[in-house]
Amino acid sequence: MRRMDLRLLLPTLSLLLLLGAVFWMQPRAMSYTGLNLLFNLSVPIALATIAQMLVIMVDDIDLSIGTFVGFCACVTATFLHDTPLLGVLILGAAVAAYAALGALIELRGLPAIVVTLGMSFVWSGLAVLMLPAPGGSSPAWITALMKARPPLVPMAIIACVVLAVVGHLLVTRSSLGTLLRAVGGNARSVSRVGWSVVRLKATAYGLAGVFGVLSGMALVGLTTSADANIALRYTLLSIAGVILGGGEFTGGRVSPVGAVIGALTLTLAGSFLTFIRLSPDWQIGAQGVILIVVLAARLLVRRRAVR
Amino acid sequence: MMTRLMTATAVLALATPALADTAERRIALSNNYAGNSWRQAMLESWEKVTGQAVADGVVAEAPAFTTAENQATEQAAQIQNMILEGYDAIVVNAASPTALNGAVKEACDAGIVVVSFDGIVTEPCAYRIAVDFQEMGRKQVEYLSGRLPEGGNLLEIRGLAGVFVDDEISAGIHAGVEQFPQFSIAGSVHGDWAQDVAQRAVAGILPSLPDDIVGVVTQGGDGYGAAQAFAAAGREMPIIVMGNRQDELLWWKEQRDASGYETMSVSIAPGVSTLAFWVAQQVLDGQTVPQDLIVPFLEIQQDGLDAALEATPEGGVANVEYSLEDAQAVIAGASN
Repeated sequence: MRRMDLRLLLPTLSLLLLLGAVFWMQPRAMSYTGLNLLFNLSVPIALATIAQMLVIMVDDIDLSIGTFVGFCACVTATFLHDTPLLGVLILGAAVAAYAALGALIELRGLPAIVVTLGMSFVWSGLAVLMLPAPGGSSPAWITALMKARPPLVPMAIIACVVLAVVGHLLVTRSSLGTLLRAVGGNARSVSRVGWSVVRLKATAYGLAGVFGVLSGMALVGLTTSADANIALRYTLLSIAGVILGGGEFTGGRVSPVGAVIGALTLTLAGSFLTFIRLSPDWQIGAQGVILIVVLAARLLVRRRAVR
Repeated sequence: MMTRLMTATAVLALATPALADTAERRIALSNNYAGNSWRQAMLESWEKVTGQAVADGVVAEAPAFTTAENQATEQAAQIQNMILEGYDAIVVNAASPTALNGAVKEACDAGIVVVSFDGIVTEPCAYRIAVDFQEMGRKQVEYLSGRLPEGGNLLEIRGLAGVFVDDEISAGIHAGVEQFPQFSIAGSVHGDWAQDVAQRAVAGILPSLPDDIVGVVTQGGDGYGAAQAFAAAGREMPIIVMGNRQDELLWWKEQRDASGYETMSVSIAPGVSTLAFWVAQQVLDGQTVPQDLIVPFLEIQQDGLDAALEATPEGGVANVEYSLEDAQAVIAGASN
């Protein structure tokens, strides 16, 4: 338990540090509307990060999550809006496809990195087929939900907290979560005990698909219409978010709360760089530096903890 | 006399309220991409014109922001940050016509004026300064009909397949051919708006074309390549409509000096960003501005060639910066 706390301490500290800096530079951000503007676009990123975390948890990596979210966004803006039943069916089929991929990867012993890279072209191709030119419109209820203005706490914050709690219950507290983490940690011993690793991996991928779908829907709710290339950046952002939030590539060691905090930190880092008016030529580099600093700090803290 | 002149000046100053009313206002440019010469020229023009406007006290501030990666989600976040920073107007060259609509709506709801240009947004509350690409295509055929009243065979060089701009310009060219039926399009190739691609494509199709190609209609960035292909094949040089690129203008000048070659050149000036700036300023000033405006083309005719070439940097695009008066003329033109 203590180790988990320590793992969360650093991402939380970096988030608070960045938030403090942003508030100091732009006091206007310290309001209901301000917080909402700062964080509402991180809701779909956080959802995509949780999806990525579920795959990283079983010791794989998903290079298709960005285009998958784009695909889901296109389905949401077209079919789910025009013919809701068909839209739900397509999104359900997409989740099933994700689960099937997980099973296939385990059954045939394929490298996930290759399969998901290939799938990224499939998803983006399907998205372009569906929406050759940017357009479509968001189903009214999604927009209403994403742009709701609940009293006291902005929607973006509520959504992130709910997501973190759900993720925590699912991954850290439930028996299914424990099993899935075990698959990432030591798949062979899980199968020796008599569990089907194929089924477990399919579950992890299927869950990742569910969160990917939610990410696409949330994104369309915010932008009000879709574009096949809308979420290309999410692949790398989600991986960075998982790692920033205390997860590890070795599988089995992930933290849903950390992943959400990681996603928020990455979004905030972008805003921070805009506020200090850093030239765009330096922005990608500066974002990288922030990432490296946090990871280096984590390494130092961990070394000390081991000692 | 002196006092009368001064009174006249004072009255004039009162008659142009643009200077006083927006002095405290701040306008930001949200740009999605800066990786080619057109975008670089666009940013330079913005800096030049807004720098002068700030110095003159027309607006308080007009910084430009470019997203690090050409991604709609990133630009949406950038626009939301601008709302937080309290700008009065945001001028946008958008990564996607639709994916920024949510952020643009947030800005409008916060009372911010949003003016999109070049890459426009479809959100109804924003102003759009769009390019009439169809007219750009039609105009070329119209010019050729003036030069070649008897008509003849044309070669069409298209842009990048599947891009909206390519379809629009091509549709305009075909509409032009319908309007001037003495012309027919003998062949059409994709030049991808790049000289080397255009040269290869034209060289490839030339052997299958009739000998009497009288004109080449283009989309910009492909005229020089087409000329090279015609020259290499030893064919008679048709009238190639140019696209304001420096290499195209230079070739045109060389041909003119050598053999009196005549053509015209048309494209959109990167300085359209400054037109968007003045439109935003006019809206802030309380002027009535229609939601949809059309960018004027930058045309170079035979007599303006030397001046245009001189002003265009090597490897660049001919440019023009717009003034407040130009913006007012565009607004007045659209209001009628």
